[in-house]
Amino acid sequence: MIGLEHYLAVAAALFVIGIFGLFLNRKNVIILLMSIELILLAVNINFVAFSSFLHDLAGQVFTLFVLTVAAAEAAIGLAILVCFFRNRGTIDVEDVNMMKG
Amino acid sequence: MTSADLSAIAPEILISLYAMAALLFGAYTGKDKTAPLLVWVTSGLMVLVGLWIGLSGEGTNTAFHGMFTDDAFSRFGKVTVLFSAAAVMVMSEGYMARRNLLRFEFPILIALATVGMMVMVSAGDLMTLYMGLELQSLALYVVAALRRDSAKSTEAGLKYFVLGALSSGLLLYGASLTYGYAGTTLFSGIVSVASEGDIPLGLLFGLVFMITGLAFKVSAVPFHMWTPDVYEGSPTPVTAFFATAPKVAAIGLFARVMHDAFGQVVPDWSQVIALLSVLSMFLGAIAAIGQRDIKRLMAYSSIAHMGYALMGLAAGTQFGVQAMLVYMAIYVTMNIGTFAFILSMERDGQQVTDIASLNLYSKKSPGRALAMLILLFSLAGVPPLVGFFGKFYVLKAAVEADLTWLAVAGVVASVIGAFYYIRIVYLMYFGEEREGLDAGGSPVLAGFLMASAAAMVLGVINLFGVEAMAAAAAATLVN
Repeated sequence: MIGLEHYLAVAAALFVIGIFGLFLNRKNVIILLMSIELILLAVNINFVAFSSFLHDLAGQVFTLFVLTVAAAEAAIGLAILVCFFRNRGTIDVEDVNMMKG
Repeated sequence: MTSADLSAIAPEILISLYAMAALLFGAYTGKDKTAPLLVWVTSGLMVLVGLWIGLSGEGTNTAFHGMFTDDAFSRFGKVTVLFSAAAVMVMSEGYMARRNLLRFEFPILIALATVGMMVMVSAGDLMTLYMGLELQSLALYVVAALRRDSAKSTEAGLKYFVLGALSSGLLLYGASLTYGYAGTTLFSGIVSVASEGDIPLGLLFGLVFMITGLAFKVSAVPFHMWTPDVYEGSPTPVTAFFATAPKVAAIGLFARVMHDAFGQVVPDWSQVIALLSVLSMFLGAIAAIGQRDIKRLMAYSSIAHMGYALMGLAAGTQFGVQAMLVYMAIYVTMNIGTFAFILSMERDGQQVTDIASLNLYSKKSPGRALAMLILLFSLAGVPPLVGFFGKFYVLKAAVEADLTWLAVAGVVASVIGAFYYIRIVYLMYFGEEREGLDAGGSPVLAGFLMASAAAMVLGVINLFGVEAMAAAAAATLVN
């Protein structure tokens, strides 16, 4: 029997993979965008699992909002990335370094 | 959805509809030629809506089954946000027009970000919180990269986007745990689950993740790393905007979540926020000393100021929230004046942000140098200027809440921080002869600079009544 804790464990694992993807990745900015999506998907699994467990619809409504906003966020991220590529000719994470910090 | 619901969010609806109409108008008519007109109309609308909210709003109204709250606290936040956004847009118009930066999207994006901030300070539910926060953030990512042919500006936009999205993810993960363990997304439901010192472990995890996400948005240490780069890389008017309205909205949202949703478990979050506060104050004070770029310096200055505002929140009392609101109102006024000065720093028509260029500025334009001196002393918190009273209130709130160690740390940090503000004053008055700045400048910017400096001196009489408004706002939030 698959219970709530299994879903939460999967979501937590995805969340941690997403966070590590953001911080350990030294190659490509696209991977950062993928990691962000992974974090948001982990959140969605959490919401749907809780929603089904609690017999409460609010969690699923929240998931729809998160999905919509994530799409808008990815669009804006890619647009900024295209501008960045036009200026610098690269999307390597190590080249995002004009300003220290 | 009833008419009572709609009337509670009427200001937000009005500005959203205006933004959409303005977008169509701009796209189908003169494109960027309409930008100056749109800037003036948008800021005029914001001032009008601000006056409307400030003068007509009464009592506490909740709409959409408690998802949206219109009370004195949210009105205080909205009026501050609207006025500061309007002021920054008016300041930016001349600067951006001369540099071919004035696109018609700029006022529209600022208007949408402002709607997001208004929703943030009114949030009564995790969903409203998230939608407001994202509306604000998505608009701000774009304006950070507004100068799309500049490598620095697009890099600032990219960094802001990645770290902002990470913070939204952390906040959402916290929201999902909070929902799961409280069984509801409404703040009023969460507060009844987390009652009197007894909080389920899952809810505690949710609380910590939400604090992390919000700390990113207010740029509190250790989640501040995006701030200096984004402030330096963004076009200066955008930096001026980042340093004012979004900070008020983010700190307002922070206070709203802590008190409305977790108001019964104050000790659980108060210690975390006290830690964020003390780290922010010290890092802001120490890291700013080595800066040579005034925009980077203002970034560290804003980190330090957020530390003081969080000190008021960490107190966890009604007076603490009042002190925090007073502090934010003073902070925004000072920053508008300071950025009016930074926007007018030019040499041969080119913008200069190097602090060394301020050498002996007082000989060229004594009036502006004096106004800047007043603002810098006020930022440092030197009595008897208004900035001192802001710090005094939060320190008093911390002492009254038995956080004496935090208050002592705040005083020490403000003494360290005074060094770099006073170094700028030293350069302006006793620096060495060197290639300096142009003496002239736009009268609009000078007007904002003088008005802000005058407010720092004249405000010592009664703080323009902000104190009473903040007290009323705090009373509705904490009870």
